[in-house]
Amino acid sequence: MKLLKDCKPSETVVVKKITGAGATKRRIMDMGITKGVEIHIRKVAPLGDPIELNIRGYELSLRKQDAQMIEVE
Amino acid sequence: MEIKIALAGNPNSGKTTLFNNLTGSRQRVGNWPGVTVEKKEGSLKGTNDVTIQDLPGIYSLSPYSLEEVVSRNYLVNEKPDAILNIVDGTNIERNLYLTTQLLELQIPVVVAVNMIDLVERNGDMIDLNRLAQELGCPVMAISALKGKGTKEVAAKAVEVAKKHQVALIPDIYDKTVVSALSKIQSELQTHIDDSMARWYSVKVFERDERIDEFLKLTDDKKSKIELLIKKVEEALDDDAESIITSQRYDYIGTIVQHAVKKKGSKHELSVSDKIDKIVTNRILALPIFILVMYVVYTIAMGGTSISIGTIGTDWANDVLFGDIVPNFFDGILTSLHVNGVLYGLIMDGIVGGVGAVLGFVPQILVLFLLLSIMEDVGYMSRVAFIMDRIFRRFGLSGKSFIPMLVATGCGVPGIMASRTIEQDRDRKMTIMTTGFIPCGAKMPIIGLFAGAVFGGSSLVATSAFVIGIAAVIISGIILKKFKSFAGEPAPFVMELPAYHLPSAGNVLRATWERGWSFIKRAGTVILLSSIILWFLQGFGFTNGQFGMVEDNNTSLLADIGNAIALIFAPLGWVGDMAWKATVATFTGLIAKEEVVNTFGVLYNFSEVSEEGNEIWTLIAQDFTPIAAYSFMIFNLLCAPCFAAMGAIRREMNNTKWTLAAIGYMCLFAYVSALIVYQLVGLAIGEVAFNFWTIVALALLIGVIYLLFRPGYKPKSEALDLKGMQTAK
Repeated sequence: MKLLKDCKPSETVVVKKITGAGATKRRIMDMGITKGVEIHIRKVAPLGDPIELNIRGYELSLRKQDAQMIEVE
Repeated sequence: MEIKIALAGNPNSGKTTLFNNLTGSRQRVGNWPGVTVEKKEGSLKGTNDVTIQDLPGIYSLSPYSLEEVVSRNYLVNEKPDAILNIVDGTNIERNLYLTTQLLELQIPVVVAVNMIDLVERNGDMIDLNRLAQELGCPVMAISALKGKGTKEVAAKAVEVAKKHQVALIPDIYDKTVVSALSKIQSELQTHIDDSMARWYSVKVFERDERIDEFLKLTDDKKSKIELLIKKVEEALDDDAESIITSQRYDYIGTIVQHAVKKKGSKHELSVSDKIDKIVTNRILALPIFILVMYVVYTIAMGGTSISIGTIGTDWANDVLFGDIVPNFFDGILTSLHVNGVLYGLIMDGIVGGVGAVLGFVPQILVLFLLLSIMEDVGYMSRVAFIMDRIFRRFGLSGKSFIPMLVATGCGVPGIMASRTIEQDRDRKMTIMTTGFIPCGAKMPIIGLFAGAVFGGSSLVATSAFVIGIAAVIISGIILKKFKSFAGEPAPFVMELPAYHLPSAGNVLRATWERGWSFIKRAGTVILLSSIILWFLQGFGFTNGQFGMVEDNNTSLLADIGNAIALIFAPLGWVGDMAWKATVATFTGLIAKEEVVNTFGVLYNFSEVSEEGNEIWTLIAQDFTPIAAYSFMIFNLLCAPCFAAMGAIRREMNNTKWTLAAIGYMCLFAYVSALIVYQLVGLAIGEVAFNFWTIVALALLIGVIYLLFRPGYKPKSEALDLKGMQTAK
């Protein structure tokens, strides 16, 4: 099982599961990260965190800490 | 009949542009009751009975963010006659997510697909008829920036409002969920209005705590419903909230497949992506960022020939408020033969005090203009992206950098720049700590003591910056552990909007709104405080007789200074300088550069240069180096000037938080100065061991404890905003 946090730039992955609960999980899902969606990892910020993703045709930035909640393959 | 139309949409969807386009200059700006979220409404151009209510830019109607809660409370409680939902055509999937939630409210909805020109330029196609058919509500294309189609879409919204043409409930969820929803609906029947049945049953299904508070269901019903939800959760192997969210997106996926034809491949680079490749590049991002900041800072607040802001402020201070305005009032007052007291009140109190603050207006306007451009272009969120790693450690966010940087020039625009931080917690924390950064007006204080006591060492100025930054970091770490700050988790899940050319209208309007609120304040809070200080400084008892005083050593202010100088004795403000230092600290509240002037006056020099060279020898006699340093620390960190306090008041929009912020700054300043004076003084042999040494040690241990203690962990993650559900 792979976490989104560990993905490298320019990888494209599919979301399997989102763990966690509450506000952060809801927010992540509200932004369009749901089961089965394709995520393209664009880049990592200059200081190593957060990461930038391309999802559903737009750019989203996410802290690695939050990206830990997302299981991908 | 009066018609109310709510304008709803995602951030960066062009909502502000559309709102400005529809209402022109007929806007009223305020705040939503009880919160710091800005509220704007305006009349639709060419009508008298149509009001457009601008809702905050939101992605969802979840119960987790202030903006979302404010929006849904408005929609549910106030029931506008129609919702005009603006949708970014270039990013339609995520934008339609909010649309699916709005449709469930059973208020007439019109969808405006914005940036249709960009969609077409990209070679993409949106089948509006198909979209309207799928969503069950009117869908129209517009370009808010070019003003195309905006009139028509507003007219449509008015039409559906008049006809009360409610959309059909879209067919979003699968069978399992739908059957559970209808069962929940029948349980709720007695509690709610039929037209809102779908909205409430979905919310109850999601276990929305706010709705729970509102509906006040019996325990029996609650457990029945809970059983229903559990069943669905087991069947679909996910939690209820996620099931709803996922199915909404799946539904949108099907609609988009039918109605939108994309030309390029999914991850193809657009122009914006290409710009971003350079601007947020791992190696180039920081140098570019520093360059941008340097340019902004130079133009607004620097000292070069292209520093338009500084040139304007210098002109305002020296010519406008140094010459033209005083001469004008002088002329009027002299010709009217008003008495001396009134003359003094108007000239020294009002014109002098308010003028000192209004002098900053040119710098502030230039600065806000540049910041508004950065925001409108889309660079601001990249700043947050680049800087987040650093600021997050101190409980701040990437966006806190801008306020701090601006504050090195002037704290007022710095605090006001915190507006761009969406998370309430991060914003409050930024407001509370921004004042610690040494601003331009504090430089003369540093110059005075560096020259008088420390032989002009440049280390003094450097240490002032180090202290300021340390104060921000220490405060960040301490404050983020308190319940009021830890209570609300602020996930940093941020959209990086596509870059686009700034719109002159938006930029100018944003600049003016911010600038105007500053000017307005100069007319209220600052006017009043200037008058009070003028009175305290100019009046007093001479030989038992109350009246105006010639020598302000005998003024009421000096009396107050003497009376409370005791408080500052532990900081080493003792002997002859004690009351002078106290009074100077007070006048520093008008403007920090007043500190040096006050020392000049108190040492009987009518006028001193900016850094007070004339009184250096006198200061050196009265202040030991460690006492001078303690005075400096206290004045750098304590309550800022009235203008900045006014800015804190406005940005907090809450008296309790304003007082907490100012109180915290004073306390922090006092504790820091005490620790430095007593402990450093003891170490270098200038201060003897005494009672206050123990206090200082205890405080130092206290601060270290606050820094390292485990923070408060919230039990529930939902917002603690009781009563908001019913608040009107």
